[in-house]
Amino acid sequence: MSEKKHKYPWNHIIGFVLSIALTFLAAWTALSSDLPVMWIIISIMVLAVIQALIQLFMFMHIVEKGAGDAPWNMMFHAAVVAAIVVSGSLFTMSFGFTHDHGGGEHETEQHEEQGAHEGH
Amino acid sequence: MSENVHNNVPLEYSTDEGQNSIIGFWIFLAAEISLFATLFATYAVLFSRTADAMEPAELFQPGIVLVMTVLLLTSSFTCGLAIHFMRQGSLKGTQILLGITLLLGMTFIGFEIYEFIHYVSEGVTLQSSAYWSAFYILAGTHGIHVMVGIGWMIGIIIQLFQHGLTAFTARKVFIVGLYWHFLDVIWIFIFTGVYLIGMVV
Repeated sequence: MSEKKHKYPWNHIIGFVLSIALTFLAAWTALSSDLPVMWIIISIMVLAVIQALIQLFMFMHIVEKGAGDAPWNMMFHAAVVAAIVVSGSLFTMSFGFTHDHGGGEHETEQHEEQGAHEGH
Repeated sequence: MSENVHNNVPLEYSTDEGQNSIIGFWIFLAAEISLFATLFATYAVLFSRTADAMEPAELFQPGIVLVMTVLLLTSSFTCGLAIHFMRQGSLKGTQILLGITLLLGMTFIGFEIYEFIHYVSEGVTLQSSAYWSAFYILAGTHGIHVMVGIGWMIGIIIQLFQHGLTAFTARKVFIVGLYWHFLDVIWIFIFTGVYLIGMVV
């Protein structure tokens, strides 16, 4: 397993070819496939996450001798925080109050605000 | 420098100082991820709030964005190869590949500046609407990070000429490499979340 034995940087080359292929696959999915928009968004986001993992594991040596547990710990928790920040913001700001759960005063107000925004 | 020398690990990990610096840099990258998470969240919330300005789908061009993505992916690859050559002890190889990475990064920035100038000439600026403010801030913050990376990498190449490959410079090359790969990770999400989704919706 020692680094010196790998004379040829195979995992860099495989990682590079894979990321180029995934980029074009994502572009094709978005621009030329006939999938419904929701499925396009889900599948290209999955492709992006796979590409990010390729970078982390094949290029950034996130797990290797000498590095310890800290790097993947950092990246894993940062990714969780990022997912919560983005999906939480979307949930509260864009989707949170658009459903009518029995017509409370507060919710009606939010509806009017949404309507005003969409009027633009 | 540290008195503890570790064997059986690559040169950049061979001192305690090197190991701690690298772990510290991973902590910095985690903080950078939360910075970009807030910008992505802002962008996602303000999506489609274009007011009277143009829609992104009218303005984004698949060609130039794909070229930029391929440029940055290739630069990430050459930067990874630079670390590979460094671990084989080749100073020349490290310098040449860092130099190629630098050129690819500069070309990327050139395209991004051209892209922004093109958008502004179409009448879409930072002030046009909430959506476009979020777009310019997100893409611009990434662009500034790339520019900082270019300056940093020039400094590291100069230090390689001055000192050759030591535990000290190897650690620096490895860390600038981590930074460069990280910029590529962020760009993947900008490419997907901003450009592709912007062209679809």
